[in-house]
Amino acid sequence: MNLEELAGRCGEWLRGGGPESDIVISSRIRLARNLADYPFVRRCPDSDREQIEQLVHSAIVAAPSMEGASYFRVDELDTLDRQFLVERQLISRELSEGTGPRAVAVDSREQFGVMVNEEDHLRIQVMHSGLDLDEAWQHINQIDDELEERLCYAFHEELGYLTACPTNVGTGMRVSVMLHLPALVMVRQIDRLFRSLQKINLAVRGLYGEGSSAMGDFYQISNQITLGRSEHELLEQVRQVVPAIIEYERRSRDALVRDSQRELHDRISRAYGILSTAHTISSEETMHLLSSVRMGVNLGLIEDIEIPTINKLFIHTQPAHLQKLRGTLLESADRNIERAQYLQENLKKPDPN
Amino acid sequence: MKCQQCSRPATFHITELTDNGVLELHLCQEHAAEYLVQAESASQPQPQSSFGGALAQHFQISQTGEELARLDEHACPICGITFYEFRQQGRLGCPHDYVAFAEELEPLLVSIHGDSRHVGKRPKKHTGSTGDRAMLIRLRRELQAAVEREAYEEASELRDRIRALEGTKREQGQSGEERP
Repeated sequence: MNLEELAGRCGEWLRGGGPESDIVISSRIRLARNLADYPFVRRCPDSDREQIEQLVHSAIVAAPSMEGASYFRVDELDTLDRQFLVERQLISRELSEGTGPRAVAVDSREQFGVMVNEEDHLRIQVMHSGLDLDEAWQHINQIDDELEERLCYAFHEELGYLTACPTNVGTGMRVSVMLHLPALVMVRQIDRLFRSLQKINLAVRGLYGEGSSAMGDFYQISNQITLGRSEHELLEQVRQVVPAIIEYERRSRDALVRDSQRELHDRISRAYGILSTAHTISSEETMHLLSSVRMGVNLGLIEDIEIPTINKLFIHTQPAHLQKLRGTLLESADRNIERAQYLQENLKKPDPN
Repeated sequence: MKCQQCSRPATFHITELTDNGVLELHLCQEHAAEYLVQAESASQPQPQSSFGGALAQHFQISQTGEELARLDEHACPICGITFYEFRQQGRLGCPHDYVAFAEELEPLLVSIHGDSRHVGKRPKKHTGSTGDRAMLIRLRRELQAAVEREAYEEASELRDRIRALEGTKREQGQSGEERP
């Protein structure tokens, strides 16, 4: 699999299936792991990073559950390809912008990935569509077991898996669920929700993780604590809070439909109208409008588009994706024209004849 | 129920926990939106405080300047990072730092996680003595320094010791089944 093939497709986690998938986009788990006999990445000279990359690469190649995974040396990719992988959520911005030998392994369905030499030597991640934490845990646990057989992890009897940042030590695990919460944003309840989540040690991040703003009303809810709780307790903590947030979002949607149907319908129709007729449009405006359209489809107010199409548009209209799909580098103004064209093609109403 | 501020029906029922007890509000959509905007600006949610910020704060509160200066000089014998560098960068230098800075890190771990003992998964494979592998970090660092100093005899000795240690590790590491 090469990056061009990847560009035309969509990750499994975006297929829009799985339990509660009108609100829960995906369930992700990541494990931070380090080799016992090297310094943490930031303190490694390139020669060490090269050796780590080779050791992890051979472990990945030998691990049965990662058979057929594609492997990319991120330091050998150009800026566009790195940006593409970030938009795709297969690598972090930190890995993209880092230095020295570093890599990512990813399967063709984009259900798992391993980043090599990010903040930690290994960042294993699994992403499943919808609310699917148990399956995701079994999946990542298996990958971790297979890698552990072939590598010497840094592990401390009392402190667990040792990580470069003390905020990840112990299980090294971050469980996160990505939610689409447009109605809570509209009724201005979202900050209240965040404050209550912070009180119970859950973190809220935007679509692209730490420090990213909440583009398209997507939010990731994840555990903050990694030490002193078992993996099952951490899964449980996130799992327990999700139904309440789903319920809160659904109630807000019901209230909007009940109390301000005309305004809501107007907003969604306008969003759809702009997206399907604009001749030039920015990435930010696209995300913002797609969010309204996505809710409109889920509420049955728009009937001729499917959720997977909208999910795909969120990713495919981003700068690096547009350029990969077009096969050429484009300046910002040209990207806005290209984006509008791409949206028109994908949102065209079916011919009534 | 009518909105508390106009005659339209109240569709938002807000329960606010304030310092003076519970405040219940019943508002129409317009007044609720207005109220919530004010409430938001009055109590801006704390931005997800960065770990670096928490770290700086933690050590400012719990240590006197003199104590902190003494802590800061403490260096890991394996990777050479000082506690000062860790405080500045927010990232540790190597796995052994958790042992070398155990005393300094304990209160920090408790303030981050509310706990200082791992209860989750453990590697199935017995990984032998951790000291040996941490020693590799130190030897490689010494090797690099020896090469820079052009102390070739020392470098060659170090290389042999590294190979010997890596050899035992590889044998242990190859317990897993290899695929063709």
